[in-house]
Amino acid sequence: MKQNGILAIMRKELARFFSDKRMVVSILLPGVLIYVMYSFMGQAMGSLYGVEEDYVPTVQVVQLPDSVVGLVETGGGLNLLEVDASAVAEAQSAVTDQTLDLLAVFPEDFDRAVAAYTPAGGQPAPNVELYYNAASTASQSAYMLLTSLLDGYEAQLANKFDINAGDKIYDLATEEDTAGTYFASLMPLLLMIFLYSGCVAVAPESIAGEKERGTIATMLITPIRRGDIAIGKILALALIALLSGASSAIGTVLALPKLMGAASDGLSANIYGVQDYLLLAAVILSTVVLLVTLISILSAFAKTVKEAQAYVMPLMILVMVLGVTAMFGGGAKTELWYYLIPLYNSVQCMVGVFSFSTVMAGVATALAANVIYTILGIFVLARMFNSEKIVFSR
Amino acid sequence: MRELLQVQGLTKTFRLSAKQQKLEKTREKVRVAVDNLSFTAYEGEIFGLLGPNGAGKTTTLRMLATLIRPDSGDAILDGASVVREPEKVRSKIGFLTSELKLEECFTPNYLFDFFSTLHGVPVEVRRQRKEALFARFGIDRYAEVKVADLSTGMKQKVSLVVSIVHDPDIIIFDEPTNGLDVLTARVVTDFLQELRSQGKTIIVSTHIFSLVEKLCDRVGILINGRMVCCDTLDQIRQGESLEDRFFTIYQETAGDGE
Repeated sequence: MKQNGILAIMRKELARFFSDKRMVVSILLPGVLIYVMYSFMGQAMGSLYGVEEDYVPTVQVVQLPDSVVGLVETGGGLNLLEVDASAVAEAQSAVTDQTLDLLAVFPEDFDRAVAAYTPAGGQPAPNVELYYNAASTASQSAYMLLTSLLDGYEAQLANKFDINAGDKIYDLATEEDTAGTYFASLMPLLLMIFLYSGCVAVAPESIAGEKERGTIATMLITPIRRGDIAIGKILALALIALLSGASSAIGTVLALPKLMGAASDGLSANIYGVQDYLLLAAVILSTVVLLVTLISILSAFAKTVKEAQAYVMPLMILVMVLGVTAMFGGGAKTELWYYLIPLYNSVQCMVGVFSFSTVMAGVATALAANVIYTILGIFVLARMFNSEKIVFSR
Repeated sequence: MRELLQVQGLTKTFRLSAKQQKLEKTREKVRVAVDNLSFTAYEGEIFGLLGPNGAGKTTTLRMLATLIRPDSGDAILDGASVVREPEKVRSKIGFLTSELKLEECFTPNYLFDFFSTLHGVPVEVRRQRKEALFARFGIDRYAEVKVADLSTGMKQKVSLVVSIVHDPDIIIFDEPTNGLDVLTARVVTDFLQELRSQGKTIIVSTHIFSLVEKLCDRVGILINGRMVCCDTLDQIRQGESLEDRFFTIYQETAGDGE
């Protein structure tokens, strides 16, 4: 009888959900949207910071020194055009209008002045003025190119020592470490947000919605235990939330290479083994069930779905802040008490899995703690279903 | 006759909000909705709770249905106490009020099965009962139509059927004919009489005199949360029409109350 009740409630919740096409779409849509949005963002960012390959920016130069002519010839990529000092104002407005990419004004006798200059002399160093337009990508890249050419020239003039001048690989981090650090800083936040959105899409509708529509009392006059209603609802809602979270996560994983562009070379989720994924699944499962329980309790206080959505807002901010903490601090915490803090423990476990610094005792603590919090939450929810103030509040 | 329902000193108060206090120009923080209510209903009878709006009828029925807890007092339904054994009480009663809605996205067929499961009705019994009740109320043709698409009358019939999936011995009905057209109302009252002839105990609340005169064996008149009188219909009427008698009683009671 008892099991039947939980099962019946679960089946009813799932049937209600899947019979409503709008709900199904609203759950699966985020994944598609994330994929489209991230792909688009990746493309937009790529075209924002890149200039077309064969474009050669034009630079008007006042008092062009021979050394710079040589530099640009070997370095390439710039079209130098010498102009008279009287044309500076005109050239500046051309840069502003984006009809000219860059204006470089060299001091008189630049090469001689540079050769004569000693830092100990107390005189100011010869100054090159580069006028550019930060709003134009072409101007910006011409500015950066010329700056780096000149910087290189300056370093070459007074070369005392080099850093990493050889062809060796100096970054000793393995590919795994790099990818792991990257995933560990980003994925916990994304996963937490996806899981939260999945829960919030269904739980207020199921708890506050039933109150609003007056259907929960119909269930409460049957001999089924309040605890069974709470458990049945939470399990069904968690299942749907997981589905929605999975949709978003798949969308992200597929779109990530597009978002990262060239930087994603060697960035592959293949670095994680079966054990890592199993750990992650356990953490996600316990997190979703806890989140659904929390949102259900908050929703039970509300009279309408709308009100419930207002009540759960602070929880969303909390989830996001906790997710952001994953970006700071190297690897997972080793102190066990951190794993007792609900939701924060989930973030820590995820960081651990992604950065290969899992603290097994910590994950075990977190899972146990989440189960205990969930059971407590179910008791609270069951008590609330029993409270006339909650069920009949107007 | 067996006493199937004993109500003993049932009391329920509600807190008044500051706004309400101002509105009603009162400094009382608590409003007594049901005041030390006692009555008995016997097996195989229809008992009517008659009273004006706000008399405490719905609150009383909600307490009998274990949806809200009394502040003090108790009610024993077929041996089970609403205070101590609410789950047992719920398995013995069928409760129907217009506030209890059915989820609109489901069909009558699904809802009958769902509530049968919650009541622990065996599958075979469920099938037979569903067949009989659906045929009785003409729901069979609409068995696979979503509740949202049903007419008001058909919705009410489905609600009625769903509330008695477990064939309860006590049926509690809050304003049974409210909002129904004459045809559907007739179907409901006929069915209540049919249930009585099967030996069920039925408690109805209403403010409609004709309904009480037509249906009820015994009546309790509720005014301002108090049971003013409780007796058989004939004893209460004392040869007058129930309506006239009610106004006499009302003036006698409310007169010294306000």
